[in-house]
Amino acid sequence: MAKLRTWLPWLLLVAAGLILPAILPPFRLNLLGRFLSLGIVALGIDLIWGFTGMLSLGQGIFFALGGYAVGMHLQLSALAPGELPEFFGLYGVKALPAFWQPFSSPLFTGLCIWVLPALVAGVLGYLVFRNRIKGVYFSILTQAALLVFFNFFNGQQKLINGTNGLKTDTARIFGELVGSDGMQRSLFWLTLLLVVAAWALCRWLTRGRFGDALIAIRDDEPRLRFTGYNPTAYKTLVFAIAGAMAGISGALYTVQSGIVSPQYMAVPFSIEMVIWVAVGGRGTLIGAVLGAVLINYAKSLVSEQLPETWLFIQGGLFLLVVTALPDGLVGWWRQGGPRHIQAMVGWPPLAPTYPGLDLDPAVQAERQALSSQASPAKAPPASTPGGAP
Amino acid sequence: MTPSPSTAVLELRQVSVNFDGFWALNDLNLSLAPGELRAVIGPNGAGKTTFLDVITGKVRPTKGDVVFRGRSLLGIAEHRIARLGIGRKFQAPRVYENLTPRRNLELAVKGSHGPLTLLFGRLDSRQRDRVQQLLALVGLEAHGDQRAGSLSHGQKQWLEIAMLLAQDPDLLLVDEPVAGLSEEETDRTGALLRSLAGDHTVLVIEHDMDFIRELGCPVTVLHEGHVLCEGPMDVVQNDPRVIEVYLGVEDDA
Repeated sequence: MAKLRTWLPWLLLVAAGLILPAILPPFRLNLLGRFLSLGIVALGIDLIWGFTGMLSLGQGIFFALGGYAVGMHLQLSALAPGELPEFFGLYGVKALPAFWQPFSSPLFTGLCIWVLPALVAGVLGYLVFRNRIKGVYFSILTQAALLVFFNFFNGQQKLINGTNGLKTDTARIFGELVGSDGMQRSLFWLTLLLVVAAWALCRWLTRGRFGDALIAIRDDEPRLRFTGYNPTAYKTLVFAIAGAMAGISGALYTVQSGIVSPQYMAVPFSIEMVIWVAVGGRGTLIGAVLGAVLINYAKSLVSEQLPETWLFIQGGLFLLVVTALPDGLVGWWRQGGPRHIQAMVGWPPLAPTYPGLDLDPAVQAERQALSSQASPAKAPPASTPGGAP
Repeated sequence: MTPSPSTAVLELRQVSVNFDGFWALNDLNLSLAPGELRAVIGPNGAGKTTFLDVITGKVRPTKGDVVFRGRSLLGIAEHRIARLGIGRKFQAPRVYENLTPRRNLELAVKGSHGPLTLLFGRLDSRQRDRVQQLLALVGLEAHGDQRAGSLSHGQKQWLEIAMLLAQDPDLLLVDEPVAGLSEEETDRTGALLRSLAGDHTVLVIEHDMDFIRELGCPVTVLHEGHVLCEGPMDVVQNDPRVIEVYLGVEDDA
């Protein structure tokens, strides 16, 4: 039974990976793949926010960097030798800018997708954390950085096609069109695989003493300093890892959306990322993925029917989580959420309290004896729990 | 009475701290001999907590020097001071409530505290034994694997003392260890601190006069950021200056 419980989620996952591509129309499958890829950036946010207590509103920077890396590679890979990507002609650029050159290499691009965002995050993070900027100031700073990147990328027509972004649909990988159904199905599988890998990485990071140190930083950073820890090293490392995950997420999202543009660095998008994690459940890992997939799927379904209502629903969800479900859906479930509902409808489940009052047979017998007496005037004083140290 | 600078574990030399015009510490001189147990008392606002902040590197003194085993601590980051062998217990118990007592201790236990060690290294058997031993010492064996946040106030105080011991510092700075403890727990805390002195140097800040008398150690009285007097409890207690600052005989503030 316990074995089944551990294996069941994995079996379901494999089954979903095999069955969904067969039963979902290509359009829906592509949407699911995109939303799953967003689960990876959400996992990174869970790592830095849910565990380490750093609320970054600037993950869009790293997300877009990964997207641009793969976008530039695909622009180049579609060319005959000596050609330039089409958009350069619009701005009178005759030679390929130097920083484009290495992106013709798939290996370099593959590294760049995650190493570049990790480096940017690491440097940015180190400067911020070394100066002990945290809390809301950290959030504001990350959002400001996001705006700087957004405006820079928006304005660079001659370098990266500015606000129009880079299209990837018409490029080819291994001779197959990126936008084709077959390629999109492969990308769906790749995404599924990488989501699981990212989840496993986060779980490994958060399970042992390293994860304990992250939680200690979140709960009482000065205390940890006085124990001989340097929180700056931990925070920088974790922020860089979250940046790398955002980059991979952005790359996968780009190839499944067919375009990367500065809109990936828009302020609302980075805030939405945080909302996915909050709704799914901070500090639960799986909640981050679920939140990203569910909210985005709901968004696309609602937007198809009633486009103007989605923002209200999203705002409402966020309010609900902030006021009623501080640990998100997964946190609520783990803390026995269904039993709360059971209790609300007047059928409270037995609570295994210490020292087991509700379930202790001796106590049950005493309670029955008492209730059978006519006057339930006063309960006898509860015996104090023994064994105090 | 004060030992010469070369033998003192910790020495504060004319330390002054200015917070926006207010002198929290004012020309404070204090010296601790190796293995000494010392109590520090003083009325509210005497600068007791600032005094610990200066030693542990949280506050940089405006003037003066702090010397630990012949080395100045000025400008050294808190975590490096902690690694040099100075441990601190806070006034209100500060344990990581979302972790279990065992994991609290595993974070504090002596050894490398770098991120890579925590990721790839494992606790060796000596460290695991030490954690188990400390859990037993503070009577939390049965509670080792429940959330520390669900412990009682006294248990949290003891857990924090155990975390301090896990660090195995040379100098223990203990801020109000018996606040909110029952009489029995207070007695046991006193016995524990007395047993630590000798191998460690222990500095205790406390309000509870009975507890300090029970410690039976030299007492330093702080007042308005400087040392008012030092000596055994009986002497200090009858010092007219001490009576004045505690009872406010002349200038009734």
